[in-house]
This record gives sequence, C-alpha cells and structure tokens, in this order.
Amino acid sequence: MESTKKLELKQLLLEKQKQEPAHPVREKILQMSSEVVDSNPYSRLMALKRMGIVDNYEKIRDFTVAVVGIGGVGSVTAEMLTRCGIGKLLLFDYDKVELANMNRLFFQPHQAGLSKVEAAANTLTFINPDVTVETYNYNITTVDNFQDFINGISSHGSLSGGPVDLVLSCVDNFEARMAINSACNELNLCWFESGVSENAVSGHIQFIMPGETACFACAPPLVVASNIDEKTLKKDGVCAASLPTTMGIVAGFLVQNTLKYLLGFGQVSYYLGYNALTDFFPTMHLRPNPACDDSFCQQRQDEVKARPPKEQESGRDTSFDDKEVTHEDNEWGICLVDETDPSELEVDKNLGQGLVAGVKAAYSIPSSAAPEVDTNQVDTSGVSLDDLMAQMKAM
Amino acid sequence: MVDEATKKSLTCIPVLKTKAGPRDKDLWVQRLKEEYQALIQYVQNNKGADNDWFRLESNKEGTRWFGKCWYIHNLLKYEFDIEFDIPVTYPATAPEIALPELDGKTAKMYRGGKICLTDHFKPLWARNVPKFGIAHAMALGLGPWLAVEIPDMIEKGVISYKEKTEG
Repeated sequence: MESTKKLELKQLLLEKQKQEPAHPVREKILQMSSEVVDSNPYSRLMALKRMGIVDNYEKIRDFTVAVVGIGGVGSVTAEMLTRCGIGKLLLFDYDKVELANMNRLFFQPHQAGLSKVEAAANTLTFINPDVTVETYNYNITTVDNFQDFINGISSHGSLSGGPVDLVLSCVDNFEARMAINSACNELNLCWFESGVSENAVSGHIQFIMPGETACFACAPPLVVASNIDEKTLKKDGVCAASLPTTMGIVAGFLVQNTLKYLLGFGQVSYYLGYNALTDFFPTMHLRPNPACDDSFCQQRQDEVKARPPKEQESGRDTSFDDKEVTHEDNEWGICLVDETDPSELEVDKNLGQGLVAGVKAAYSIPSSAAPEVDTNQVDTSGVSLDDLMAQMKAM
Repeated sequence: MVDEATKKSLTCIPVLKTKAGPRDKDLWVQRLKEEYQALIQYVQNNKGADNDWFRLESNKEGTRWFGKCWYIHNLLKYEFDIEFDIPVTYPATAPEIALPELDGKTAKMYRGGKICLTDHFKPLWARNVPKFGIAHAMALGLGPWLAVEIPDMIEKGVISYKEKTEG
C-alpha cells in the first residue's frame, strides 16, 4: 500500500514538472525590442542604437555567417554571434568533442563524444532560439565535401536565399585555410581568417576581400613574432599547446570585426595580430599579389582594377588605407626562418612589402623566375594511367 | 633540418611537372600519371638500396590513397596501414598522411592518426610546388617520422610486435 501511494505521488510530481519546466526556457522572439526590462535578451544590444554606436542593430537578424572549424576559436565565435542575435549560422567541422578540449571555452565534459557541430547547435539554440543553426559534419578539404561546402555557402546558404554574408575561418590547419581561400576566391565572398599559434602565445585575424586585399595564397602564411628563439622551443612529445585566453581573445577580435563589417560601424581591421607575451597588437593592410598562384584571385584583382576608381576604395574603411609602414627598429626581432641560402632565392618582392614590424612570413618562397635545373623529371609520354596503376600494384 | 640519408633518397625521386589538383579533370589525370611514375621509381630505388618500406595504391580517381608501411626494429618487422585523401588544394598543400591504428598512441599525431610533421616539412613543400608529389611526402614526411616515433613507441610499450598471420 505504501509503495502504491509513493508511486502515485511520483506520477503526480512528474506531471507537475511537465506542466512547469524546472528551468526557464527562452522562447522565440519575433521582433527585437529596445525596451529595457529584465526579460528582454536584446535590450543591451539595442542600446547600441540609442547611444549612436550602431545605426540599425536589428539588421543583424538579416545576416548569415558561416563558421568553419568549431574548436577553441570557432565555438566561442559562434556563441558570441548567437548572443548578438545573428540571423543564421552555418557550422562546419568533422571533429568530435573530447575531454582534451576542456582547457578551452564553450564545450562541457558531458558533451564528450558528440560531434562538435551537433553539440554546438544544441547549446546555441538553447541560448538563443531565434538563430537558425545549420550543421555540416565533414572535412571540407576532400573533393566531394568541398563541392558541398561551396554549394552550402553560395547558392542556398543564407536567409536571403543568396550566398552567406561572411565566412569565418576558425580552422587549425593550412589545408583547410587554403580550401576556404579557394572557395571564397571562386565565389567572390569576403571572409576572415583567424588563427592561434601552436605555442598558444600569439594569434591573428585577417580580413580578405577577394581582389582587394591579399588572399591567403598571395603570400606564405604570416605569423606574429613571439620573440621566442625557435631553437629553444621544445616540441618534443607534443604537437600543439592551447590556452582559453588566447583563443577567447582571437574569437573576440574576430566577432568584433564581423559586427563592424556587417553593421557598418567603426573600422574593420585588415590584419590584427596579437603577441600575448608582450601584449603587442600589430595592424596592417595587405595588398594582393599580382602573381598569386590562385587564378581566381588574379581574376578578382582584374575585376577590381576594371572598376571605376571611386568604387575601388572598399566600402567601410578609408582612414586605414596606404598607411606608411615604418621599420626604424627591429625590436620584435623580425627575421625569416629559412634553411635555404638567401643568395639562391629571389624572394618575391610583393611578399615582403607592407609587413608591419612584429609580423613575418612563416617561410620564404623562391620566385618562379628562378632557373629550372631539374634533370631528374618524370616522363609520362606513351604510358597510360591504368598501366602505371597496375605496375605499382604488382610491385 | 633534413638528414643526409633523407636528402639522398629525395634527390633520386624524379620531380613532377604538372601543377594540377583533383578538381582539374584532364590535367589531374596527367598529374596522377606523374605521381605513379615517381612512386614506382621511388619504390624501385628503395628495393635497390635494400630499404623497401612501403606500398601505396589509390582509388580510380586518385583522390584516396591507402597501403602499408613497415619499419624494422631489432630485426622485427612492424607493419602499419596508411591512408590519406588528396585535398582539393593539392599540390599547393601536401597530403596529410595518416596511420589510423596509431591514433592516440603518440602525441606526435593529430586527430585521425595524421602524423605531426616537423616545422621543416611545410616550408620545403611550399618551395617545391608543383615538383614534389606523394613520393616526396613519403620520403620527407612519413619516413623520418617512423624512424623517430616507432622505436620510441616500442620502447614505451604502446605498440608490440605482431606475428604475421598471412601464409
């Protein structure tokens, strides 16, 4: 008898819980209001308008942003945009949440094992159900996935039915950055590159407008000099270190500039570096390389040149252009780390130009004009691929 | 720094000519022929030097590669499966060679068992686009990686010798 009563009580309790959930759930909000009440999640954002910082904050709901790489930088980036009330997010990542990620922000131990995009979408929708979140759980660098990535960010990607308004690269490897670069050059989409160094003490963001600013393939990757002698950097037994601080700061830079670009306030930084050891923040503007290896980059450069000069001044930023770069001292110890004898190389002059003190190219590349002296070259005349494949298999 | 032995085996691999990636259709077929030719030459060189250490083959499109590599330590032969995809940005970016069965067994690896290459690999690759191909990535990337990591993993006991089961 006792037990049946207990059971009845339990059922009653359960039903009651169903009626009034234990945790308040944030309902969808049809229109952003600037009313200052405790229950309005947008009141502090809409205050930007009243204060005259942003003309039309609620326009943020019209924008679609693709975030590629939902790791230490990308997940925080997505959360910031979600809390800002962005219209739609496209999340790309092929990785799973691991306990080894817990030194970073956003993900929690109970999410270990879930795909990063799935786990992120759940949390983000819970925080702000007004944001449309789409997930893509794959590696964008393979042939098939790349095509799907291109389709996703171009034709039907955004709320307006057109291409996404901005792509944010939060990936951790060169291959994925180059893939995003190819896609954005091809589709003529603006994007931000972001990164944190493998020693966790420097980072950067870079704004790329195809044809107008240097693309990611225009020069070797840029790194913020950390003033650490590479030879003393111990890499035995580890691939990469990471800090939630550096990643959070880079995500903050990234989203701040995203908001400025989308909502048209302030100045967008073309390149913003961060050296955590000295709290040094170099900025600069990089021009595209006329000899860039990416043919679509060259095509975009030609289109920009063909435009009437007035339009060439890219929209939102005027005071930043053509700032004279000074190199009167070398306090950040800029040097090119390179194994090649400098006399062998005729380093492309376009690459070195305009680099601000404290930022260097990760390596140098000989100019393509260098004479070819390859005696040992393949000669495929008269052989078929099938024969070669069979020959290899038979070895 | 690249060691002398690696440097020597590298110079004996023929360099490639065609700058084309898997999205380049006909040009990619040409590049693929060059890849196979360089690989065949490299395996022949290895055999000739009594240092035969891998086999590779690809799918029909040449976008996905798989095979085996082996490493002799104290007269015992340790064998591992290799796999990797050719990224759309190839050959501007090198293939990311993976040994999936060693995933999680060494810190010198990225997720999925992709080997963690030295700081020297990427600059060297970038300077040699499009001349370097898969054979060069094997000689310059996987070869030295195995030489450092496998003895270390054996010593730590994270991998152990397996008797060959095949006839």
